[in-house]
Amino acid sequence: MDSIRHWMLGPQGSAYANDVDVLYMFLVWLSVFFFALIVFLTVYFAWKYRRRKEGVLTPNIGHNLALELLWSIVPLIIVMGIFFWGFNDYVRASVAPNDAIEIHVTGKKWLWAFEYPDGTRTIGNLHVPVNRPVKLILTSEDVLHDFYIPSMRQKTDVIPGRFVDLTFTPTVPGRHQVFCAEYCGKSHSDMMANLFVDSPEAYEKWLVEGDPELQTMPPVEVGKLVYENKGCNSCHSIDGSKNTGPSFKGLYGRLEKFTDGSTVTVDDNYIAESINNPQARIVAGYEPVMPTFQGLLRIPEMRGIIAYIKELK
Amino acid sequence: MADIITTPHISGHADHHDVDYLHDGKGLKSWLTTVDHKRIGIMYLWSILFMFFLGGVFAMMIRLELLTPKQTIMSAETYNKVFTLHGAIMVFLFIIPSVPAALANFVLPLMLGAKDVAFPKLNLFSWYIYMAGALIAVAAMVTGGVDTGWTFYTPYSTTTDGSVALMTFAAFVLGFSSILTGVNFVATIHKLRAPGMGWFDMPLFCWGIYATALIQVLATPVLAITLLLLIMERTFGIGIFDPKLGGDPVLFQHFFWFYSHPAVYIMILPGMAIISEIIPTFSQKTIFGYRAIAFSSVAIALVSFIVWGHHMFTSGQSQLASAIFSFITFFVAVPSAIKTFNWIVTMYKGSVAFNAPMLYALSFLLLFGIGGLTGIFLGAVSVDIHLHDTYFVVAHFHYVMMGSTVIAFLGGLHYWWPKMFGRMYNESAAKVACALVFIGFNATFLPQFVLGSRGMPRRYYNYLPEFQFLHQVSTVGSWILGLGFLIMAGYLFASLRKKMDAPANPWHSRTLEWQTASPPITHNFHEVPSVGGGPYDYYRPVGQGRNA
Repeated sequence: MDSIRHWMLGPQGSAYANDVDVLYMFLVWLSVFFFALIVFLTVYFAWKYRRRKEGVLTPNIGHNLALELLWSIVPLIIVMGIFFWGFNDYVRASVAPNDAIEIHVTGKKWLWAFEYPDGTRTIGNLHVPVNRPVKLILTSEDVLHDFYIPSMRQKTDVIPGRFVDLTFTPTVPGRHQVFCAEYCGKSHSDMMANLFVDSPEAYEKWLVEGDPELQTMPPVEVGKLVYENKGCNSCHSIDGSKNTGPSFKGLYGRLEKFTDGSTVTVDDNYIAESINNPQARIVAGYEPVMPTFQGLLRIPEMRGIIAYIKELK
Repeated sequence: MADIITTPHISGHADHHDVDYLHDGKGLKSWLTTVDHKRIGIMYLWSILFMFFLGGVFAMMIRLELLTPKQTIMSAETYNKVFTLHGAIMVFLFIIPSVPAALANFVLPLMLGAKDVAFPKLNLFSWYIYMAGALIAVAAMVTGGVDTGWTFYTPYSTTTDGSVALMTFAAFVLGFSSILTGVNFVATIHKLRAPGMGWFDMPLFCWGIYATALIQVLATPVLAITLLLLIMERTFGIGIFDPKLGGDPVLFQHFFWFYSHPAVYIMILPGMAIISEIIPTFSQKTIFGYRAIAFSSVAIALVSFIVWGHHMFTSGQSQLASAIFSFITFFVAVPSAIKTFNWIVTMYKGSVAFNAPMLYALSFLLLFGIGGLTGIFLGAVSVDIHLHDTYFVVAHFHYVMMGSTVIAFLGGLHYWWPKMFGRMYNESAAKVACALVFIGFNATFLPQFVLGSRGMPRRYYNYLPEFQFLHQVSTVGSWILGLGFLIMAGYLFASLRKKMDAPANPWHSRTLEWQTASPPITHNFHEVPSVGGGPYDYYRPVGQGRNA
């Protein structure tokens, strides 16, 4: 029995997934029963009353009230039961408990970006601790997408200009597949993500240290990811053009002049200071508008962005 | 209904109208200017069969592409256009007009004992509108194509490249053809029944077409409005649906499904209507539960207007809305169950013959059984959340649209083919083709239920390796299905090259269309038929009606 369930529905990632599967398998067996009944009656009547002689008259059986009531009322009762069962599970699963971790999700052609309560941002990889409810708050930057985690039996459309949420409590550690299930164009079928369900310790460690693959990546590439994903790109250009903040092009080693008249030659420490405490010194000609990124960059990421700026000559 | 009470033949009436309709007038012009419902039905038939072929070619391309993950025969952009065209052609240009505009156009007036439909010129006009819509659709295909899916969801459809506005306009135009056909049939059924034919003396086919026509008339205008808004959004940026312009993309889904869910019943009710004819005829048996079948058609038509939200359980609509739509949706299960059991029990103590039309009807019972039962999965909200937009949905609606409607259409085509063309087809070849279609169909779509429940989303060009085996089974199934259709095309075309050999009533049916020659004369009947019994009075000898 369980192997049939597993073959049909794949792995389960939460207790709720099992609830859905129980109803699903109930419907499978109910359908098997009624389909067998239809096949049996069809084949039996068709064969038993097959034509043996041409031109015979047949009895006039117009209707039979008892029989008709039977096959109206029995299906009605069954489907009403299924309605309450399905709806009850759905409502229970859509209410997030108060202690749920809130993670923001943004869908755009064709990637999933995640933002954690501590400001950590990732793309394509969602990490959550096991056995704790998770509430995803999702929106889209362009067209409709749909965040679908088959092993949690959960999905929701992701709508531009609106926030929707999706709740699940993962119980099975390891990697789970995430798909985009609402057609969104050319790379719709590649718009996938990984859901990693970690032990609480591993989750905390991951929040501090980041993805293991970041640690094997050359610092310049890490820095480029940081530049694109952490929002540097909205104020700092890389082609020398003026924006809200100074361009990163040719920044390293340049002599910067501040509003108070002092100067500095841009080096590693100046960049780190500007990220962690941007209001300390303001470059002449710019407004003091940059928010602090204190604690939002891990050490490899800080090294990465410095290496990246160094590269932009 | 076999009891035609003859009125005195008006002497001197034996003019060219005694010629069968196929030979009453020669040349293309006589067809393009005809107002004969039978000729218009035949013109529709060839038009929709061509579209079915086109949509079928796209379907085979989809299955071939999915033989392997990543690229097999085409790029992702091409694939997205191909599945869009497959859906749009099959829905708007084939299935919706298939039974009503082609088959019913031909047989409905004959069944009612009428000379023609109520508005013959309007009937011809609606064919021209259909052709105009078809040409616009073809223009959209060759001028950039469309990659939105047949559902045209916003804001993708308002922002993507290609001929979306033109394709949408084609669907808009085709809608008017559908509305006019519906109006025509409603008027015909109300006003042109033969003397003595009460509402409950009509063949059930007419009830099914009546219910369909009501939906066509009432729901299609909503589609027209929706598509017009979409065209204006794309062309002028009026900001109804695009959130960047202050619109609401989910509003489009409400509008779209407000038409397109009833449209599902525009597609299935005529299929059910055909089955209600084939089973009594080939069982030579009174249909069981005439009124239950008639009223359940009308009930399905009415309920179909208030269940559209079950397409949107994951769209972010409120939980209350989902609850109400799920609740009402389950009521569709009851009339469907009633019909199924009525058809099966009709065979009880009958005299069942297994000609090709009956084999299609028996296939229908099994395939509609699967299509209906898997609908229950999708009506249950918690299960639907998992299955929505996966291959489970693809499999489900193919069991209903193809396994039920198209199979019933093929049954009807084989059933009325001798009446339409005056020729019998090769029965053995027809049985082989029916078996191949049945096997091929199940091999194609049964694996897709499992693909979907395991989480494979629909409209995927690329897929994970773990899904490949079931995709390959499905693709091989599509080849068996294609072979069945090739054989069918072969023997049907071959039959047209023969001399006319069909008797007036090869299946010994009691309904009126069989009481005139095959093919019928232009005015259908020599005398106005007068009806003195029910359409399925197989319990008494021919000609001994209640008035006899």
